[in-house]
Amino acid sequence: MSILVLAIFIPFLAAAIIPFLYKYLKNIHVGWFAILVPTGLFIYLASLIPAISNGEVIVQTMNWIPSYGINITAYLDGLSLTLALLISGVGALVILYSIYYLSSKEPIGTFYTYLMLFMGAMLGVVMSDNMLVLYVFWELTSISSFLLIAFWYQRKRSREGAKKSLIITVSGGISMLVGFIMVGSMSNTWSIREVIANVATISDHALYTPAMLLVLLGAFTKSAQFPFHIWLPDAMEAPTPVSAYLHSATMVKAGIYLVARFTPVFGGEAVWFWAVTGVGIFTLFWGSFNAVRQTDLKALLAYSTISQLGMIMSMFGMGSAALYLGYSTESVVYTGATFAALFHLVNHSTFKGALFMVVGVVDHSVGTRDIRRLGGLITLMPVTFTIATIGSMSMAGLPPFNGFLSKEMFFVSTLEITEAGFFGLGAWGIAIPVIAWAASVFTFVYATVFVVKTFLGPYKEEKLEHPAHEPNPGMLISPIILGMLVIAFFFIPNVVGENLIAPAMNGIFPTFAAEGAELGMHIHAWHGFKPELFMTIGVVLFGVLLFVTKKYWSGLYNLFPEKWSINTFYGFVLDQMEDKSTVITNKYMTRYLRDYMVYIFAFFILAIGGIFIFTEAYYFTLPENAPVSNFEWLVILSMMIAGITILFAKSRLTAIVLNSILGFGISILFVLFRAPDLALTQTIIEAVTTVLFLVAYYFLPELDKEDTTKKTKSVNLFISIGVGVVFTVVALGVQGNKAFGTISTFFENSYELAGGKNMVNAILGDFRAFDTMMEVVVLLIAGIGVYTMIRVKTKKESDQIEDK
Amino acid sequence: MKINNVILRTVAKLVFFIILTLAVYLFFAGHNSPGGGFSGGLVLASALVLLFIVFDIETIQKGLPIDFKLVAAFGAFLSVGTGFGALVFGENFLTQAFDYFNIPFFGEIELTTVTIFEGGVALVVVGVVVTILLSISEDE
Repeated sequence: MSILVLAIFIPFLAAAIIPFLYKYLKNIHVGWFAILVPTGLFIYLASLIPAISNGEVIVQTMNWIPSYGINITAYLDGLSLTLALLISGVGALVILYSIYYLSSKEPIGTFYTYLMLFMGAMLGVVMSDNMLVLYVFWELTSISSFLLIAFWYQRKRSREGAKKSLIITVSGGISMLVGFIMVGSMSNTWSIREVIANVATISDHALYTPAMLLVLLGAFTKSAQFPFHIWLPDAMEAPTPVSAYLHSATMVKAGIYLVARFTPVFGGEAVWFWAVTGVGIFTLFWGSFNAVRQTDLKALLAYSTISQLGMIMSMFGMGSAALYLGYSTESVVYTGATFAALFHLVNHSTFKGALFMVVGVVDHSVGTRDIRRLGGLITLMPVTFTIATIGSMSMAGLPPFNGFLSKEMFFVSTLEITEAGFFGLGAWGIAIPVIAWAASVFTFVYATVFVVKTFLGPYKEEKLEHPAHEPNPGMLISPIILGMLVIAFFFIPNVVGENLIAPAMNGIFPTFAAEGAELGMHIHAWHGFKPELFMTIGVVLFGVLLFVTKKYWSGLYNLFPEKWSINTFYGFVLDQMEDKSTVITNKYMTRYLRDYMVYIFAFFILAIGGIFIFTEAYYFTLPENAPVSNFEWLVILSMMIAGITILFAKSRLTAIVLNSILGFGISILFVLFRAPDLALTQTIIEAVTTVLFLVAYYFLPELDKEDTTKKTKSVNLFISIGVGVVFTVVALGVQGNKAFGTISTFFENSYELAGGKNMVNAILGDFRAFDTMMEVVVLLIAGIGVYTMIRVKTKKESDQIEDK
Repeated sequence: MKINNVILRTVAKLVFFIILTLAVYLFFAGHNSPGGGFSGGLVLASALVLLFIVFDIETIQKGLPIDFKLVAAFGAFLSVGTGFGALVFGENFLTQAFDYFNIPFFGEIELTTVTIFEGGVALVVVGVVVTILLSISEDE
């Protein structure tokens, strides 16, 4: 197994070990063990930077299902490495933070298990080359996110938020899977690299656009793009370290990663351009517009994340325009948007991670996140205030912070794209910079709200749960590190740009890189007196104006009443689905076992009998079959008599005994047909089931005379005769038809192949061991099912534990 | 109602060990003649069932304090585990290995990983049958 593949699985391994560490090492906070994993991974990945920045690509494969071309291929290029470094780096900081955030009284063992599960899944997403493997990891991130949002599952809102995020992201994931399957069937490979290499052969295919839209649906749901953004604010019920990690720095970037990864496949198409840019730019506006009205700090940051994700998304859309033109000196200009997108992706993780941690610190310290109750914390929490200011200024796009650089580059890209004459940009292109600018004004407003309402103004201790104080210094380490990175990236942006983003660009524009294009950019803080600088100055001026006059225009939000919101629509659809399906289900689920038997047997008769009639497979010739000997007749006759007598049995005991005659009769037939294994198993099973029947019937009332209508009786008669006929026809038809050649000669070599002379057991334990293994597991599940149904009864108090 | 079943109890004590021997025999015989993990496990389970019927459940559980749910779970773990064991040696999932060894006193015998796999099957069968039986019979 190669190291890179191992790196994906180390977090999963840690997830398996952590519960035991938590159980047996009570004295040490289990987070100290968990933090070793991301730290180690970060160091390992960082050691690969020189190789990657030289343009190398690391590919390592471990076979999983080679017969279907599904292998775990770890593929590391600049794009994957950037994301992987974010996952492990932010992961380490978040775990460090959570050690001080979560008290040991909480079930932290499960917390770190889920977190490790997520980390492994996320690494799998960004490093998988195989689309189906990517999908598996993708859904795993949704599931671990679900578990983490519902970490405080006693709260109703946590459970609902978790459910909402799961429903939305998994539906998107499934549509993405369909898209992947379409891409796979068009290009005959599951490998993304091979798809990209042969992209010319699939772009005219009829499934090309549907596949593109389905993949985009997966990306949009995951990255909380409008109108699927509604799950992200509700996901804020998770513990703050989780929000900082999953719902701002990493998981929500998975959709953006997907868009970046598939840009060489779908980019250059008008549909792709408008879908990605349009949805992104609208999300940017909608998120920032709604962030201003929030009163909960975490909700404000959630909408801010939605908005920033939209901004990154739109930049990837604009960058894809370069692929439409093909490689030329003019077209390279548009790749600047993609470069800016990648740079902002990194920047956003640093400042938003810091801001989330600040909110956690405030919440932890004073017990509330409501800006109507907060204020004046600047003197009491000066360090926290400093980090919050750094993060907010960066978010608002002001110097000297990294957000300024990427925001300027974003403005440059929006202006450049208006000059492109294709995709109908001549008419509509001007809307892009206008919306982007308006959204940036709102971004400035909510960033100001974040700092001013929390830290400035009067201090209202009577409204707080606890008096304000700086937290444990350990809780401040991670936000301080992130805050310093925010400043560091402003002064040395090209370290990131040259080592990580430039190689990532080569992966997104492979055709350009092959032509020798210089895709890396030199990032400048000072562009000169260009439009983008005036745009930033305008943002600040209008932002301050809007902030000051906020109470005059906030009536604007009432134009969108609650009952017209997407959230209401989501709730309505969900309720309707539940109601309607309950009505339909109650129609046929009558709670009578008898009715269910009727469904099963009726289906059997229709499906199997129907197939036999449809395919005319009921051909059989009796004379060709072996003659029935007298002894066999004897056994069959006694079984027939026993079977008919059951109907007239007066007590359950008689019925059971008669029923077991049928079973033992079959085992005698097995002996006669020289199948000792079957006979042996059948005999023992019959003995054990008879005992089980006896035990179960002990709890049933005495057998009464049947009191059913004539109609029910005739239905029963029809079904029993039907099942008997179908079974007989199947048995005879199997003998009469030889559709395929026999494979029994293969099994005859069981001694050479499996070392056993008993062919039956060689098949069970070796040739078809997979079936046996699954049967064993099914048996176990059935056993646990019986046990839980009978023994584990819901206690009355359980209702009160939930719904707190 | 108290039934005097001395004869049944005495016979059962003796028969239990005969059935147990048969179970072990069937388990190992399965490689080359009729038997195997499934039937061996079932015979073992029926031996236990016999004990539960003849004596009462409390007595047996006192003398045999085994959680049969765990037995079943361990069996499934063993069966699935042998599948993954093959992966460690770079083989496909569930590939079984066998070879012949000369062991003093016993002569040449065959050792195979199928035995471990079938052992898991047997444990699941025993565990599940006893679990189902006990949970149904103890229901109030």
